[in-house]
Amino acid sequence: MKRRDSIKNMTLASFGASIFLESCYDVSREKIARSLTRYEYGRTPEEKLYDDKLFEQEFFSNDELLTLDKLCNLILPPNDFGSIKEAEVVQLIEFMAKDIPSYQEPLRKGLSWINNESKNRFNNLFVDINNSSQKEILDEIAYYDPNKNMNDLPEPVQWFNLLRNLTMTGYFTSEVGIKELGYKGNTPNVWDGVPQNILDQYGLSYDKDWLDKCIDQSKRNDTAIWDKEGNLIS
Amino acid sequence: MQIKENPNEYDVIIVGSGAGGGMATKILSEAGLSIAIVEAGPFYDPANPDQMTQMKWPYESPRRGGGTTRFFGDFDQAYGGWEIEGEPYSQVGDTQFKWFRSRMLGGRTNHWGRISLRFGPDDFRKKSIDGFGDDWPITYQDVKPYYDKVDKLIGVFGSKENLSNDPDGFFLPPPKPRLHELFYMKGARKSNVKVIPSRLSILTKRINDQRGVCFYCNQCARSCMAYADFSSGSCLIFPAQKSGGQIDMFLNAMVRTVTTNEEGKATGVSYIDKTDNKEYKLKGKVVVLAASACSSARILLNSKSKQHPNGLGNTSDLIGKYLHDSTGGDMMAFIPELIDRKIYNEDGVGGMHVYSPWWLDNKKLDFARGYHIEVWGGLGAPSYGTGFNINSFNKFFGLKKAGGYGDILRSDMKKYYGSTIGLSGRGESIAQKTNYCEIDPKKVDKYGVPVLRFNYKWTDNEIKQAKHMQDTFEEIIHNMGGIPLWGKPGKESNYGINDPGWIIHEVGTTRMGKDSKNSVVNQFEQLHDVSNIFVVDAGPFVSQADKNPTWTIMALAWRSSEYIIDQFKKQNF
Repeated sequence: MKRRDSIKNMTLASFGASIFLESCYDVSREKIARSLTRYEYGRTPEEKLYDDKLFEQEFFSNDELLTLDKLCNLILPPNDFGSIKEAEVVQLIEFMAKDIPSYQEPLRKGLSWINNESKNRFNNLFVDINNSSQKEILDEIAYYDPNKNMNDLPEPVQWFNLLRNLTMTGYFTSEVGIKELGYKGNTPNVWDGVPQNILDQYGLSYDKDWLDKCIDQSKRNDTAIWDKEGNLIS
Repeated sequence: MQIKENPNEYDVIIVGSGAGGGMATKILSEAGLSIAIVEAGPFYDPANPDQMTQMKWPYESPRRGGGTTRFFGDFDQAYGGWEIEGEPYSQVGDTQFKWFRSRMLGGRTNHWGRISLRFGPDDFRKKSIDGFGDDWPITYQDVKPYYDKVDKLIGVFGSKENLSNDPDGFFLPPPKPRLHELFYMKGARKSNVKVIPSRLSILTKRINDQRGVCFYCNQCARSCMAYADFSSGSCLIFPAQKSGGQIDMFLNAMVRTVTTNEEGKATGVSYIDKTDNKEYKLKGKVVVLAASACSSARILLNSKSKQHPNGLGNTSDLIGKYLHDSTGGDMMAFIPELIDRKIYNEDGVGGMHVYSPWWLDNKKLDFARGYHIEVWGGLGAPSYGTGFNINSFNKFFGLKKAGGYGDILRSDMKKYYGSTIGLSGRGESIAQKTNYCEIDPKKVDKYGVPVLRFNYKWTDNEIKQAKHMQDTFEEIIHNMGGIPLWGKPGKESNYGINDPGWIIHEVGTTRMGKDSKNSVVNQFEQLHDVSNIFVVDAGPFVSQADKNPTWTIMALAWRSSEYIIDQFKKQNF
């Protein structure tokens, strides 16, 4: 599979072929792949051009993408909530490597390191060795002493930390990852204080004086009227 | 080069559409004056779906909300940032001044923190109190009626506290504190640090039928589609248009100079249209600069003529001088008690629900001015960076092992989510003549306009204040049972004080005063040298208090606008 196709397939798989079929853009497949990314969130025209430029570039080779996919799946194996594929983590890493070019060298070096390691020890590329052999390599670079400065640790440890960070952020900022984390916001609601069971859990309570100052949410839609001294009377 | 001249003569040309420019537009247009707004960026309306970022999810951005194109993340509503391509600024010596520019209708009001604090009576007379800097030529009583009007027009939540230097206003009721804010209140009170409800220009209650009520998405930095937070477009400029104001907008228009005649009076402005790179001229009876403190200073300094060889309105040689920003210091902590939280919607308003106004007496301290404390934390929306080094907090449990892979990362993510709290100090610095921006004689931007060069050093007063912030934060965090996330900055790093400009409260470059020897504008923000030019951004601030400048910018802009109307009535323009 060509590298560009692999990215496209990942994209198509995540958005469903129906979007692809229904889209009536009479443009190249490249553009379709990009429009499928539906990144429409109030970018300025300049920002859109910049993002499009990044999408047109290729950084990782097809083999590198496949290795990344394997690694990301080892970092966060799929579960009932979702997977690396659904969270589009590999696409994010490809994008970020172009968006933040300082990621490029360490990411690529690490991928080459792990394949060398795998070839030396198991006579095969990382993606082609069995799961326990893969874990054997990871076990040597995946753990670190958090009391130490990351920059002082061996390069493979730093690389894996970067990859783990990108994988974690990619997953937990995705639709499935946010659901798994349980974040409840980004939706219209009315904040009326910390729920009582949470206050109880921490042995906290609101002072009455303080609460008296706070908004009575049943009157939030009544237009504010003040007396001359600035006391709210509505 | 051919310069295209617009045949209309406007009553008032307003340069910039942020807090000051928006307020001037509203007040002056409602008095029947014809207005030209000249804005360096494009049109922007928080309710325009094509420009909206509010309520978007991180996965709707290819960088998941990361900060590559916009410093505060790509959903933040500021077009521009610390660096703008083709529009550089330079530094004198080892100065590290940071200059944040937002080029769009409404300017920086679209993304700011909405912290809306009045200056107090003492804030206008600091020299009389501590001997540093200068007193303002006006008092709190002069500005109070305008603060009152701004409160009622725009809406600000807060509470009556009867504090002598943090005056109460016409408040909407504040929202209840969040969990981490209750932790902060407990910790702060143990150290006798006062905590009160925040004062933010966000509508917790309806104020009119033009604007909606806050629906608690925590995203004021993305500007509110329901107009439930303050931005200059939604609260000042659009309402002014709706009430029939004669307002023409010139967008993507970079003002190069204020033009003048033989008598040295302003005749209008010349600007470069960014869409065709051509120069245009607009005629106006009065020019109101509201381009932000440094941009307005730059325009004046670049407006040299036979009558104004040192720059326009600069016989004092003070334009650009006394530049000062708020001081800033921060500490972030892990709160072990907050691991494994039960999750609920804790978004609240965009910003803190509680804060600490300055609570001490500087006469008993080794530095001159105060600071307030802002607090942040909670079960926030994931964004690019979420999950980085997630279990490095293991060290706080004495563990020597972090990282790993597999399902442990999932449980660590949930374990540590919402367990951190941050404290930020925002303090008053003392205006120094030696801190300034000036025209760099060797550099022009891509429009050929000479750029600014900054020179800025913190003094002992600010550095000792920053030390006090760190000591206070450490104590409060300790009281909360928290552990600071990084080492406490010491003397070698000036106790962690932020670079000047970083807090984006730069003020003072066209300072206000009684005479043209010691100041640039009078109490109505009118140039001493040229009666038909006004500066209504934060340039005229003599000192900036430990308060955020926006509310005072607007109160003064309103006051100055009434003066301009009065002068028009007297046919003085």
